[in-house]
This record gives sequence, C-alpha cells and structure tokens, in this order.
Amino acid sequence: MDNVIQFSYVIAAALFIFGLKQLGSPATARRGNMISAVAMLIAIVAALLDQGIVEYQWIAIGFLVGAIIGGLAARLVQMTSMPEMVALFNGFGGMASLLVGWAALAPGSATFTLVTIILSILIGGVTFTGSMIAYGKLSERIGSGAVLFSGQQVVNSLIVLGILGGAVMFCLQPENINWLYLVVALSLVFGVMAVIPIGGADMPVVISLLNSYSGLAACAAGFAVNNNILIVAGALVGASGIILTQIMCKAMNRSLANVLFSGFGSGKTDTTAVEGEIKPITADDAYYILEAASNVAIIPGYGMAVAQAQHVVKELAELLEKNGAEVNFGIHPVAGRMPGHMNVLLAEADVPYDQLLEMDDINPRMENVDVAIVIGANDVVNPAARENEGSPIYGMPVINVDKARTVFVLKRSMASGFAGIENPLFYKDNTRMLFGDAKESISSLVREFS
Amino acid sequence: MIPAEVFLTFILMLTIFLGFELINKVPATLHTPLMSGANAISGITVVGAISLAGTGEQDISNWLGAAAVGLATINVVGGYMVTDRMLAMFKKKES
Repeated sequence: MDNVIQFSYVIAAALFIFGLKQLGSPATARRGNMISAVAMLIAIVAALLDQGIVEYQWIAIGFLVGAIIGGLAARLVQMTSMPEMVALFNGFGGMASLLVGWAALAPGSATFTLVTIILSILIGGVTFTGSMIAYGKLSERIGSGAVLFSGQQVVNSLIVLGILGGAVMFCLQPENINWLYLVVALSLVFGVMAVIPIGGADMPVVISLLNSYSGLAACAAGFAVNNNILIVAGALVGASGIILTQIMCKAMNRSLANVLFSGFGSGKTDTTAVEGEIKPITADDAYYILEAASNVAIIPGYGMAVAQAQHVVKELAELLEKNGAEVNFGIHPVAGRMPGHMNVLLAEADVPYDQLLEMDDINPRMENVDVAIVIGANDVVNPAARENEGSPIYGMPVINVDKARTVFVLKRSMASGFAGIENPLFYKDNTRMLFGDAKESISSLVREFS
Repeated sequence: MIPAEVFLTFILMLTIFLGFELINKVPATLHTPLMSGANAISGITVVGAISLAGTGEQDISNWLGAAAVGLATINVVGGYMVTDRMLAMFKKKES
C-alpha cells in the first residue's frame, strides 16, 4: 500500500508541474488549473489510504468545514476584492503549515526534524499574520498607509533574536514545550511587524512574497512530516512567488529590501517644483475631443477598481471603436494592488486580453496616440520618474502618457497618489483633468456617444 | 545508505530550479490567476495534515492536525474555484 501512495505522489507531482506549465498561456490556463486540481485530488486520496489512519471523523469534519467556507468565499467574492481574497486564502495555508509543523513534534525527533519543525512554524506563522495584515490593509479595514514608529528596527531586531534564540533552545531541549510556544508567538508577532511598515501601493510585492512564503512553509512542513509531495508542490509555489516578487520590484525600480524596510512614501517630503496650471475639462468638451480621435489608449489604475468602473470603461471602448478609433489598454505591471489586478478586472468586463498591452508594448506607440485616458492611475504614469532626479520614484519605468497628443486624467480630486508624490503630469500643457468619480465621468461620456 | 534527508533536500533543490523555469515566461495578463492558482497548490499541506488528524489519539497533535485539515481545505477549495472563475473570464478577441 505504501508504494501505491508514493507512486500516486509521483503522478500528482507530474500533474502539478504540467498544470503550472499550462497556466503560462491564456489559451490553456483554465485547463492547467484543472490539471493542478486533479493533482491535488490524487494526492489527497493517496494520503487517505495511509495505514496509520484509524479514524476518519476529524478529517471529514475538516474537509467539510473547509470546503464550505472556501467554496462560498470563492463564489461570492467580487472581482474588485480579489487581492484581499488571495491574501486571506494565503494566510490560511500558512497557518495550516504552522499547525502541521507543530503537530509533527514527537518525542525523540532527530535534530534535522526539529529544525524543519521550527522552520515550518516560523514561515507559516509569518505568512499567517502577515497575510492577515495585508488583508486588513487591502480591504481598508485597517489604515493602508505605512506604519512607522521610532525604534522599529530595534524592536524587529529583538524579535528576530528572540526567534533565533528560541529556535536554538528548542532544538537543544525539545522536551521543554515553552521554547516552542515562544517561537510560535514571536513568529506571529513578526508577521505583523513585517507588513505594517509597507504602504498600500507596495502591496503587489507583499502579496507575491507572502504567496512565496506559503509555499516555502508547506515545503518545510513536508520535511517535518517526511512527505515529498509537500516538498515538491511547496517548492514550486515558493519559486513562482519569488519570480513574481522580482517582476514587481523591477517594475518599481526598487530592491526587495527597499520595499520591505523603507516605509516608502511616509514622512518623505517631495521637492518637485511643479510649473504650469491645472486645466479642468467638462465631459462635454472631452466628448468632442474623443469623437475626433482615431487612436485612444486607456491606462487604468487602482482608482478604476475602487470606482468599479471596468464595465463602463469597456462600454466606452466599444463606442470609440464603433466610431472608427483604435483602442488599446496600457497596463503597468504594478497598477492596482496585486500582480495582474487590472487584467482580471478588464477580463471581467469582457475586454479581450489581446487588447491589453504591457508597458513595453504601449510606450513606443504613445506618440501616435491622440487621446490617452488615465483612469485612477497616478504614480505609474508620473513623468517625474523620467525627468526629475530628486523624485522618490525617479528611475521607475512608467507609461509615458504625457507623450500622447492629449491626456485626460480622471480623478476624484487633486489629492496626490498613494505614494504621496506630486505628479507633474497634471500640470502639462496637453493634460486635461476630468474631475469626479471615475464611473460617473465615463458614464457621462458614454451617454454623449449614444 | 544515503539518509532520507539528503534525498528530500535533493528533490527540493531540483524543484526550485524547475519552478523558476516554469514561471519565468508567464505573461503579465496571467499574473493574478497564476498567483491564486499557486496559492491553491500551497494548500498541499492538507496532505500532511490528514495523517496527523487521523491518529485517533485524542491528543494535541490530533487536534492541531484536524484544524490544519480545515484551514488547508479552505485554501485548496477556495483557491482552485476562484482561479477557475477568473480564468473563465479571459477571452480572446473574436475576429
């Protein structure tokens, strides 16, 4: 029987790999996800065949409760709330790894096992509370700004020292359960401390990093319970999370350390001297300009998600196309609150994915664009990143909307963006500000067309 | 006889490289589904939790295992379903 289980794990691992490969292309992604789900099913069924299991009642209850909660949440969540949903699921995975690591503790464990138990508790705990804080920030249940206080580095260093000390003592005296409790508690605290200094605009990095941690936690738990399918699947997730994290950091031209420790956009004063004046425009006038345009680029940001404007945006794009214009969407890699956030929202509104251009594809075309419509995006279109060496975001690759003939910026008010940086785009000669709720503004444009 | 830990570490090393190769070329459009799909896979912890929850011992390990089964199942079921829901929306332009 043991051989059957082990070979089932081999099949499951192969299917996980194949599924992830298929997830890499839009045409096959859905099938890839299915294949990966089948792999999971095979692994679970194989695990249930284990001869060591004498009682199925708790397993069944766990399955039932988990499936109902997970299923309902997945069905009911709104697409705009996807980032916090992913954070929440991620946290549960981390907590599960912590519990498995803890439960794997048995008298007379080898030191190697003890080390892996500590690792799964540490990574799982950090993933859990870190994801919960990320969830709180994304759903705005807690303030989404960076939380910084004096002596923060000292406190964090003490926590790390405490974890290290507790871990060493636990490995030396595994029979003293208090060392374990110490590490559990400090790991949970550390997860909170690690995420609070990170501002909302940096959330794409945090989410992908936590995603990576949840995989690594599963991996460590796999070592603790001596199970290779946990190691394989966990490592795959860990690697994918790290790659996404790298892509996000590169898109912001910042190192991972800078994102994690700097408390970006808090307390920094920006010295950009902005010249020119703000030129507001009414929906009426905007309509006349749009009607004459033959090439339109739409650049969405987090504001589109907040206003739930994706459906009217799609409507406007269709009307523009009917009017004979070429319409493209320009998507910055860190627009929104998680990697690919804008793509999901526009997909929900039925915008075909081949109409969404990545930054490097839309920038060379910008000079031929008659009207660039910026919807609730700010820092990712800020020309200061190109022009002003003193700007905190100098060097970050941005979508060069200011090179278009006319730029419409849809914005609620003149408050500066998430990172609190002044945006010279708003003062450029070719920029017109369309103030108001993004959904309202676009709806009135749509009404003008029809 | 080479100890099991060495084999497990070996598997880990190879899988990490494989993971990097697999994910490296995923287009930005798919980043969110990729992340939530990977997230669902990280619920694989459920497999480790199952044997701990079924010992019938009524001890702390058993309870922790049962709780882990529940939490990881949320991760697995929710993760796969939400990913599928997202991917169902991705459409190519019909010509």
